[in-house]
Amino acid sequence: MVQRSDSIIVGIVSRFMVPLIQLFALYVIAHGHYSPGGGFQGGALLGASVLLLRLTVGEQPSNLVFHKKYGTPMSGFGVFIYAAVGVAAMIGGGVYLDYANLPIAGMEPAALRSLGILLVETGVGIGVMATMIAIFDDLAKGDFHD
Amino acid sequence: MKLLSYILLLTFGILLIYAANKLPTRGHPDNPINRDTSLAGTPAASAHYIRNAEKEMHTPNVVTTILADYRGYDTLGETTVIFCAGIVVFLILRRQRDGSKV
Repeated sequence: MVQRSDSIIVGIVSRFMVPLIQLFALYVIAHGHYSPGGGFQGGALLGASVLLLRLTVGEQPSNLVFHKKYGTPMSGFGVFIYAAVGVAAMIGGGVYLDYANLPIAGMEPAALRSLGILLVETGVGIGVMATMIAIFDDLAKGDFHD
Repeated sequence: MKLLSYILLLTFGILLIYAANKLPTRGHPDNPINRDTSLAGTPAASAHYIRNAEKEMHTPNVVTTILADYRGYDTLGETTVIFCAGIVVFLILRRQRDGSKV
């Protein structure tokens, strides 16, 4: 049973913070090659930013950012990206999840493996974000007051 | 009964502190985990990762290379576990909500 916060300050500050949190989350995912971070951390930040909106501005406005019905499908899609990268490596002639054999022409194996890590981290990020939101939406029972 | 718990607590506490004092120094090159070859004589994985991670995948962060590439299966499993958690909550709670339509 989640109720929208009635405070104007809470609403405005959270709306101001959410884009910054999401930008930092994308940075954490994309910069995982060079600094601490990666798919799990960035996905948790992305999910937390949407949950902050759910708690402060209510369900209808936060559905514009991430609609309720996409939670569970997107979490499956994140895992699918990960598994599909592994299968793509098999199509390219390697073993499962061997990114050096991804079927992309004109790239050396080291660059391909770097790209494979980024793709996989993206999948993990999408999966973690969508799972957090899906669990919250299931637990909150949809009793938002707008 | 309470006395017994305290005795057990104290015993295990002393045991753990005693054992922790005998742990090898962290990061010492002679530790079994940091050696080039394992005790069985086979090449050790950690030394290979640290030497070749940058060269093999142009990624300076060794943690990321181990998480996503060398140990890719493990991370795939972790992601699947998170997905399963979401699916289980979906299956248990969503069905109840449909039954008792508000």
